[in-house]
Amino acid sequence: MNLKGKAWVFGDNVDTDVIIPARYLNTTRPEELAVHCMEDIDPGFSKKVSKGDIIVAGKNFGCGSSREHAPIAIKGAGVSCVIARSFARIFFRNAINIGLPVLECGEAVESIKAGDEVEVDLERGIIRDLTAGREFAARPYPPFLEEIIRAGGLLEYVRRGGVGRV
Amino acid sequence: MKMTISQKIIAHHSGKDYVEPGEFVFADVDLALANDITGPVAISEFKKAGGSRVFDKDKIALVPDHFAPCKDIKSAELCRALREFAKEQNITNYFEVGRMGIEHALLPEKGLVMPGDLVIGADSHTCTYGALGAFSTGVGSTDLAFAMMTGKCWLKVPESMRFEYVGRPRPYVTGKDLILYTIGDIGVDGALYKSMEFTGEALKYLSMDERFTMTNMAVEAGAKNGIMEPDERAIEYARERGKREFKIFKSDEGASYAEVRTYDVSRINPQVAKPHSPDNVADVYEVAGIAIDQVVIGSCTNGRLEDMRMAAEILKGRRVHPEVRLIVIPATQEVSLRMLKEGITEVFLEAGAVVSTPTCGPCLGGHMGILAKGEKAVATTNRNFVGRMGHPESEVYLSNPAVAAASAVLGRIAHPEEVVKI
Ligand code: SF4
Repeated sequence: MNLKGKAWVFGDNVDTDVIIPARYLNTTRPEELAVHCMEDIDPGFSKKVSKGDIIVAGKNFGCGSSREHAPIAIKGAGVSCVIARSFARIFFRNAINIGLPVLECGEAVESIKAGDEVEVDLERGIIRDLTAGREFAARPYPPFLEEIIRAGGLLEYVRRGGVGRV
Repeated sequence: MKMTISQKIIAHHSGKDYVEPGEFVFADVDLALANDITGPVAISEFKKAGGSRVFDKDKIALVPDHFAPCKDIKSAELCRALREFAKEQNITNYFEVGRMGIEHALLPEKGLVMPGDLVIGADSHTCTYGALGAFSTGVGSTDLAFAMMTGKCWLKVPESMRFEYVGRPRPYVTGKDLILYTIGDIGVDGALYKSMEFTGEALKYLSMDERFTMTNMAVEAGAKNGIMEPDERAIEYARERGKREFKIFKSDEGASYAEVRTYDVSRINPQVAKPHSPDNVADVYEVAGIAIDQVVIGSCTNGRLEDMRMAAEILKGRRVHPEVRLIVIPATQEVSLRMLKEGITEVFLEAGAVVSTPTCGPCLGGHMGILAKGEKAVATTNRNFVGRMGHPESEVYLSNPAVAAASAVLGRIAHPEEVVKI
């Protein structure tokens, strides 16, 4: 599957409180959460972002709370994938579990500029900055996670009888 | 092969003799926790995936604590979803308003977590229970739905970092200060994906309440879990409160660590984390003098009985500064009741503070003390991210309860000694 969109660039340690502030956690509806996505770090983000766009961030993206509302809001806002230098661990597993693609690639993060047209080949883990004409390889997933991702999320994986196999 | 305490607990719960850092396993969980924010998402995932009965009604804990008692209609709907699911599934450990508390203070207090347990919770501060020698870690709602169905959780076995605390803490230096100091040293991603193992002779000076404060904040350094080998004090705590047998795990001599750091605690002063990151740490002396609008004493980090005693000791016979609002939030009903019996509640009320029912409340900017634009607060909580306690332009300074109480009296950040001397 290829993903393609404009890059939205953020710094290090973007926490879940700015991804989706707690004042909006009194709902679980993805559409409502999406409206407030990134509100406290980039007001109006959800209006500016287009379907397929890609978030590019520094280290420890998604640190803080365990709220699955964070990747849900990002996915709900139409973001197709997050590329970061590293992810906070709960955010990472939540994203994998709900089927939001997340890729670790320090080189891409260093090079991609805000607004660049970026394409991601998920199967091969290749990130292409079409604006700059550069290509990067994301860190491959361990085979275990690969399976969950391929299934489309954790619960899909279970439904296909995945648990017995580890 | 030598293993750390975390490796041993994971191996034990996944039916293996040995697990290697980096290895993926499906582990059996002894307890799976969710609250009024993460629970409803987990419940709807559980239903969507075709779940009908939970794997074990005794091994799930559901605690409405974040927005409860409900702050608005939407949160009332969330709490209702949790309540109805608990009823439908006959969940043993559902704690209603009036009998509840902040989950991470409540579960150990109720004896629901034992040494050697493997606990997951759809809340990042689930790492708190490591003070009892349990492996506990925060997960998301889908993980929780999965655990409720299968009794299992996927885990990547973490590498461990070892922190050795030597020496004797100075007066007014608590578990909170040691963990803030540590986070200040390694940074908010200093232990990313790793286990933080806390050891050293200094820990013996710390009460269980203080130890819970330390393991609670392991996640603020990005850690998967924080853990301590259970000593006599921890074992006694578990025996007194628990109803189950338990198994003690300890790290092997010669187990491998990604890193070992040693701190002489006798050189550490009370610490304050400045806005907007828990690793933006300074000695209290460096920030003393910053004027504040509000003080919050509470949360799963510092809302336990000892925290309340410590704050009351400073406030006894004194008044909250006229331009400061002091909000005290006992973490559980038991803490609340003990405060009443020991005369602590009276101390707070006479000082001009409000004392709330247990709730997460302002800790996550939910309710019960939200900050306006430009306001500054000292809080005994664990996070001071942008907008965490209210307006994105408000500021939160994290401290221990004695510093918070002293700051409430003086209307500015202060070392407790400044107040006690007066
Ligand atoms: S007190 Fe704060 S940190 Fe603790 S569980 Fe509640 S919201 Fe989370």
